[in-house]
Amino acid sequence: MRVLTESEVWAALAEVPDPEIPVVSVVDLGLVHAVELDGDRLRVELLPTFVGCPALDLIREAVAERLAGMAPVVEVEMTFAVPWTSDRITAEGRGKLRDSGFAPPENGLESAFGRRPGDSARQSRAVFTTIPIRPTATCPWCGSDDTALENLFGPTLCRTLFWCNHCRQPFEQFKVV
Amino acid sequence: MTAQVLDAPVRTALAGLLLAMADDEFVLGFWDSEWTGIAPVLEEDVAIASLAQDEIGHAQALYRLLAELEGGDADEIAFGRPPEGYRHARLLDHPRTDWAFTVARRFLYDTADAARLDVLAAASYAPLAEVVAKMRREETYHLLHMHAWLERLADGGDEPRSRLVAALERLWPDALCVLGGIEDDDLLVEAGVLAEPMAAVRRRWLAGLAPELERLGLPGPPPAPPAGCRGPDHSDDFRWLWDQFTMVRRSDPEAVW
Repeated sequence: MRVLTESEVWAALAEVPDPEIPVVSVVDLGLVHAVELDGDRLRVELLPTFVGCPALDLIREAVAERLAGMAPVVEVEMTFAVPWTSDRITAEGRGKLRDSGFAPPENGLESAFGRRPGDSARQSRAVFTTIPIRPTATCPWCGSDDTALENLFGPTLCRTLFWCNHCRQPFEQFKVV
Repeated sequence: MTAQVLDAPVRTALAGLLLAMADDEFVLGFWDSEWTGIAPVLEEDVAIASLAQDEIGHAQALYRLLAELEGGDADEIAFGRPPEGYRHARLLDHPRTDWAFTVARRFLYDTADAARLDVLAAASYAPLAEVVAKMRREETYHLLHMHAWLERLADGGDEPRSRLVAALERLWPDALCVLGGIEDDDLLVEAGVLAEPMAAVRRRWLAGLAPELERLGLPGPPPAPPAGCRGPDHSDDFRWLWDQFTMVRRSDPEAVW
């Protein structure tokens, strides 16, 4: 029997679209934490984008369905082992988002909000040092940087709403998190 | 550190902390979801619905940690208790009320929760530290949003300001309960789950808030929280909410989604 390779698994994963933004795959979004091949067992670990994302089960099921039959035992699990951040979205994923009218996230939460999420209480920030800083975005339609944040929240947990002052169009940004 | 190596008393204290945090997020999420469709402006409708959804998601993750620690089923813990079995802080016993009240409550809760998550970020119990790392990133948006609303109402003229001040005065004593009512937190400090006892977390939170409240001319806290911070007695308003959020499950406990 032919031996399954890790790159075949990654290629299969790249065919699984995100259920809410289907132009990008789970690989484009950086959701795949680990691919483990061990004899008969194929195990894939996925990172949740948001803890309360209602699409998590759909994503896990879609991945399990695509991988079914590739190994005698296929396990697909969600893990919080490392926090998913918007920095994990690949360059290719960012291009696909832009092409479909979504602004990709510009920079990580660390630089966007001036805070390192791993900070312990001993090195704790003051409560409001983070507040005056706002996410920024480049308009995916005309490329202008003259854009304004309309709403930190959007139609799904992972989206933020912007307005482009140059081409006068609303657009969404994949949330910086 | 995993669940297997925890001493029984530490394990019990950790279970108490997880239940308190999960119930806080769960009950707040349900109160705020009541604004869906009727928030003051459309953009805020979108925002408050997202905030509520985040809190329910955080509660789900915390109930799952509790189920892993103590055995049992996360949904059963979330929906299967009578009202007096919930351990949320008194701050969450109040109804939605008006928008200023919702802003005041969320502001007090989100800032207290941020202080609590800060001391859990390096928790020696890895499953909790991992979930907290993720929650903190999301809660940053809650802080940004609620602080903007607090400023807007504080500087928004007589009526918004007087409603906000009245809400803060009403809520302050019960807000102190968010960082209280956790039994044996000293054991959790010794075990490296909490970086500091809850009383110290509360002092840190209040010290952080004081300059901002002073700048906006808003009332500060009373010296001590009320007795009975986390049930078992809850308000009639909470019992009404409980009736709402358990209604579907009670009508058909065996149903699958």
